[in-house]
Amino acid sequence: MAQTRLVRRLDIWDRLNDALRAQGDRLLLAGLWLFFLTFGAWAILTETDAFAIGVVTGSVLALGAIGLTLIFGILKFAHFAHGDSMMLAAYIAFFLLTGTMVGDRTDTQALPFTLNDLPGATERLPWIDAFGGGDFSFGYGLLLALLLTALVMGGLFVILDRLVYRPLRRRHSSIVILAIASLGIAISMRSVILVFWASSPRFYVPGIRPTTDLPFDVRIVTDQIFIFVAAMLTAALVYFLLFRTKLGKAMRAIADNSDLAQVSGINTEQIVIWTWVISGALVSVAGVMLALQARLSPELGFVLLLPLFAATILGGIGSPQGALVGGMIIGISQEVAVSFDFISPGYKFSVAFVILILILLVRPRGLFGAKA
Amino acid sequence: MTAILQAEGVYAGYGEVEILHGVSLTVNEGEIVAVIGPNGAGKSTLLKAIFGLVPVSNGSVRLLGHDVTNLATDRIVAEGMSYVPQTDNVFPSLTIEENLEMGAYTRRNGIGDRLDHVFGLFPDIAPRRRERAGRLSGGQRQMLALARALMLDPRVLLLDEPSASLSPKMVDSIFEKIAHVNREGVAILLIEQNAREALGFSSRAYVLAMGENRFEGDAQGILDNEEVGKLYLGE
Repeated sequence: MAQTRLVRRLDIWDRLNDALRAQGDRLLLAGLWLFFLTFGAWAILTETDAFAIGVVTGSVLALGAIGLTLIFGILKFAHFAHGDSMMLAAYIAFFLLTGTMVGDRTDTQALPFTLNDLPGATERLPWIDAFGGGDFSFGYGLLLALLLTALVMGGLFVILDRLVYRPLRRRHSSIVILAIASLGIAISMRSVILVFWASSPRFYVPGIRPTTDLPFDVRIVTDQIFIFVAAMLTAALVYFLLFRTKLGKAMRAIADNSDLAQVSGINTEQIVIWTWVISGALVSVAGVMLALQARLSPELGFVLLLPLFAATILGGIGSPQGALVGGMIIGISQEVAVSFDFISPGYKFSVAFVILILILLVRPRGLFGAKA
Repeated sequence: MTAILQAEGVYAGYGEVEILHGVSLTVNEGEIVAVIGPNGAGKSTLLKAIFGLVPVSNGSVRLLGHDVTNLATDRIVAEGMSYVPQTDNVFPSLTIEENLEMGAYTRRNGIGDRLDHVFGLFPDIAPRRRERAGRLSGGQRQMLALARALMLDPRVLLLDEPSASLSPKMVDSIFEKIAHVNREGVAILLIEQNAREALGFSSRAYVLAMGENRFEGDAQGILDNEEVGKLYLGE
């Protein structure tokens, strides 16, 4: 009798503990959201310019992070080649557009026909007159180049999967081996960029870029509006794919439980191939937007890995909505932080690092992550 | 009676470790066949080998006369056999309806009709079709797992311990559902820890021990068999 009472008391104690922990968890999440939203609101009011740039940077980061989180969800490894893939894609688009490549001493024209040779391809796309401001810096040639690059990168990713990742999967290699393999691919990609396009920065369109005045005295480069809109449209497409199409649902099913997906009759290897194709397209959009926002530079992709992973983990690994929000938060924090006088712009990426460490300490599963 | 599923002299295992040493069984049309036996007898491995999840090194598995030994699971599913694992048998972050759609992944059309049919069989989960499967209770998850496996209208259903970790009341209702599905024309092969209860509603049974056939016969016969009772039913 006494024993049952003791057991019951322990049971109640356990339940109370669980309830408290669950409550604490909810409070912490609410606190994190409150913190980020307050920070955002404050940044809009006081650092409006930096906030606007941050939104643009954030949307590029978000695109990269969505791809990263997708690959993690389905293949279960950290794709360290993501940043360099973005940069490689940016250079491939550059090559298709201009045909420029490093020659013996100077740059040479390596392609007999480039997208810039198309009639009117370099004519600047017009920004909507009613809003005022200058046009975009690029013509429709860049959009075509982006489309072709998406196909090339999709193909490249599928080939890399066949040559590297699939044999490792078949051998039941650990996720560490897969991640290290992707690190090797990252270094190879950077070397390819250095061999073909050398180390000095390049631009899709040389020269000064037109700007636009937005409400609240914010002046940004017109291209940045394009970057933001393109990134949001792409994110919406990914959302549609994942939640409204059969392929996307199968991708989420595999992310949930790949054994059960296989048992249900889903051809998991086929879905893996589609995942790479989609990731290739995502990496291309993200890479070209990054190069449009900053520049083409061989080491930029690798440098970007830290904010990309920070965004992915902050949002919750495997969650596409999380990656979108995480990318935005990291992008905005970076830009706003370096707009203060006491933080030099050189420390931009350390902001991502600080957020990454804090989130790992406080809530490792991120804002949208499922319970382990 | 036509045989729907026939396993003959199946040898299978993981890597170097052989677990099944020539197991044979038959599931005929309209039957519920139970496989019972002590822990480590190879019951789960047998189901997995039949379903192509564990490589069969020798012997054959035939489904409706077709050889399906070591076939890829998506092909086996298309041939008319479905499998419900013991644990982790739903996709927690997908909605109930999406779970069922995944069960019908290889099917191109007629999914809507099939959904209606399956929801008719499992009225408990029908009103929650837009909820995430992770929110379901253990018993409801088991119902959803069964429903998922029925989406392709299989001829035979393999169930790995459908009653595991369920409350006694839930066990009864799951067994009731299985019997109901069986009456609709789906042959069933199941393995069970609750051997006595499983035998109570099965047509025939096989007793497995050390990866080999030990006994077989109609369920009542197995229940009455003194040796089986002593060794495996805990009398």
